[in-house]
Amino acid sequence: MNWLPPNGALHGFAFDHLLRWNLAIVFWLFIAAQALLLVALFRRKSAASPQRPIRPHSPAARVFHFLPLAAITALYVWMVFTSHKLWAARREAANNPQAVQVEVTGVQFDWYFRYPGDDGIYGTLRPDLVNAPAGNPLGLDPNDPHSRDDIVSAILVLPVGRPVDLRLRTQDVIHGLFIPGMRLKEDAIPGMLGHLQFTPTVPGDYAILCSQVCGLGHSRMQARLRVVSEADYERWLAARERAALAARGDTQ
Amino acid sequence: MTTPPQTAASPGFFRRRIFTTDHRALAVLYLLLGLAAVIAGTLLSLVIRIHRVWPTLAFPLYGVLKPEDYLALVTMHGTLMVFFVLTVVPQAAFPNLVLPAQVGAERMAFPRLNAAAFWITLASLLVLLAAFFVPQGAPISGWTSYPPLSAFAAAGPGQGAGMDLWLASIALFCIASLAASANFLVTIVARRTHGMTWTRLPLTVWSWLVSSALTVIAFSVLLAAAAMLLADRHFGTSFFLPAGEVINGIRQHDPAAPGSPMLWLHLFWFFGHPEVYISILPGMGLASSLLANFTRRPVLGYRGMVAATLLIGVFGLGVWGHHMFVSGMNPYAGTAFGLTTIAIAVPSSAEVLTWLGMLFRGRMRLTTPMLFTLGFISFFIAGGLTGPVLAQPALDAYLHNTFFVVAHFHLVMAMAGVFSLFAGIYYWYPLLTGRLMNETLGKLHFWISLIAAYGTFFPMHFAGLAGEPRHYAQLAGPAESFASLIPVEKGITFAALTLAAAQFIFLFNIVRSSRRGILAGENPWAATTLEWSPIGHPITEGGPYVYGPDAGPNADFLPQWQSAASDISHIGPPGWEAAAKPE
Repeated sequence: MNWLPPNGALHGFAFDHLLRWNLAIVFWLFIAAQALLLVALFRRKSAASPQRPIRPHSPAARVFHFLPLAAITALYVWMVFTSHKLWAARREAANNPQAVQVEVTGVQFDWYFRYPGDDGIYGTLRPDLVNAPAGNPLGLDPNDPHSRDDIVSAILVLPVGRPVDLRLRTQDVIHGLFIPGMRLKEDAIPGMLGHLQFTPTVPGDYAILCSQVCGLGHSRMQARLRVVSEADYERWLAARERAALAARGDTQ
Repeated sequence: MTTPPQTAASPGFFRRRIFTTDHRALAVLYLLLGLAAVIAGTLLSLVIRIHRVWPTLAFPLYGVLKPEDYLALVTMHGTLMVFFVLTVVPQAAFPNLVLPAQVGAERMAFPRLNAAAFWITLASLLVLLAAFFVPQGAPISGWTSYPPLSAFAAAGPGQGAGMDLWLASIALFCIASLAASANFLVTIVARRTHGMTWTRLPLTVWSWLVSSALTVIAFSVLLAAAAMLLADRHFGTSFFLPAGEVINGIRQHDPAAPGSPMLWLHLFWFFGHPEVYISILPGMGLASSLLANFTRRPVLGYRGMVAATLLIGVFGLGVWGHHMFVSGMNPYAGTAFGLTTIAIAVPSSAEVLTWLGMLFRGRMRLTTPMLFTLGFISFFIAGGLTGPVLAQPALDAYLHNTFFVVAHFHLVMAMAGVFSLFAGIYYWYPLLTGRLMNETLGKLHFWISLIAAYGTFFPMHFAGLAGEPRHYAQLAGPAESFASLIPVEKGITFAALTLAAAQFIFLFNIVRSSRRGILAGENPWAATTLEWSPIGHPITEGGPYVYGPDAGPNADFLPQWQSAASDISHIGPPGWEAAAKPE
């Protein structure tokens, strides 16, 4: 039953619990139904005697025919209600301005992670400035003051225990951001900005995958999420901030 | 019943069998087309399976697969199987074979339109296969062809000429399906024989009524979507294209009026989900009919089954958004589509429970068509049970596009679908050849296929739970946890090869039985529906499933072409009972 990768997110415990319950129920229903089919196969021999007439059923007895369907329907209703609680908590909440803000951009076949920097505001991106070989894979506009302190990283580093708001975008085709260890998945659709909120709770390294076929490099469109302590996060961010400012200072 | 003996005056082979408006002959042509497609689609899937476990293996005459080759194989495998096997056979070959007879019609309402549909389908298949032979080869964007990957030739190999051919093929297929389904609808509504009231229609006909209506609605939308995408690619429109596209580092022109890929997702899945019911509803109707026949008991709750079929058809038009839970669609829309999807599970469950109930009402005759019907039910349950799991947006937000979903639809759509096609072919084979297929070979085919199919698709659930995404040419990179899946993958490949090999038994049986099978006689399964009637197009006085005590004091069944008053005795070929006994 432990096929799921280790969970590292706050909502992951509720997710894993719900998924395990669902899988256990449908697994035993599957076994019961297949057993019924096998019983029917073998019963055939003992029932090979002349056929019994069909007994007419009273209206009251007919109600019992609908009991299995009623039970299954009740199960479906339970599924709807329990999982909607989780879905509503995950997706129907407003964006949290206190959360760590990171923008994720999918590009054939890389993930880029942009931190807004000290000013807390993402600088303007211009598609005509995109030039990965020249070190500007996202097309940051150097004339926008908000751009100067933006950090663009190939690895997603997050502090443990703080809520995170990922802003999701793509430059070319549809990509699917998938972090199995964080129980997270959302497509990046061209022309749209998506949002994903979660809280990493377990430090460590997690795989980031692309879950929507995006071209010939789809299977190698992978990156890493590194969840670290708050202090390590601040140190990493400060170092990247200095490097970004230095690089832009040199080129301007 | 059997084809009339050829006399000197009868038209030649080509006029009778190929360039014909005779629906039986068209059914054979459709079956051959489906056979060609399923052979091609299966071979592609075997290359996929082999590549997944031995990625560096050089294939004879080709060499090592490139990542784009892998994606082209996946795309073409899905397209061939969904359209040219799981739509063509249950929704074109089978209705041509028996639909007019089952409603007591001499011929189809629009025989020429019906024949044209076949030729357009064939053209569509040839256009699709041509994509392998153009520069850069077949498209790589999967059978769902999401733009902008499918909109720009620069987005990947195969997205140029290959993608154009794919879209042209799909457009042709839509036209053919619309023509064929319009013909079936009118035939059912207007061509029923005297006495064939709605409540006397076999459940197969009810299924074709609903699936044909779904085809008319869903394929119209897909046709429009394909035309719009072709226009985006070549005529400067921007239905699906947003502003600010940078493909391969190259800035694309901003459209004057930006569109959105979300529109394609909605249009495609508005087609794509009903398509699942188009391909499986005929199998569900056939399962009910065969269970009645092989247990010698009426279908339980005929009106309830009709209602369930109609409900599945109506609900089926309102669930498409469950393919888009993680697409960035409004989360409230996700909640709504989750609800409609759970709702459609109720009539589906009602049908399954009815079938299970029918198994325990009479004495079961374990013929090969009956075994494949049981296999259909087994897979329908196995794949169907994960439906309500995936219908929950919160759970799908992890499972979407993983192998868990691959397992789900290969069990509920592909394996259940194909097993019902086998049931239909074993059952109706005598209509075409006058002979029964060999039972021993049939049972061998069934048991090997059943076990190998479970061996192929059941373990995919575990790969999906581990988070393995679809469309990955190789399991490499930071997700090193996938390394532990390699033994599972090898087992899947081994089972898939076994599954494919078992189909040689079926092909051998088809060929051998056409000459050496037991002569079927007039009504080999002692069936009640009109395709087995020895008289041309009879009038009908009773329901479709009068089996058991209802048939009268001296009879075990009452065919629809006989009235209750006449005395009937058991009709069947000599030795049929022996042939139907278990091994």
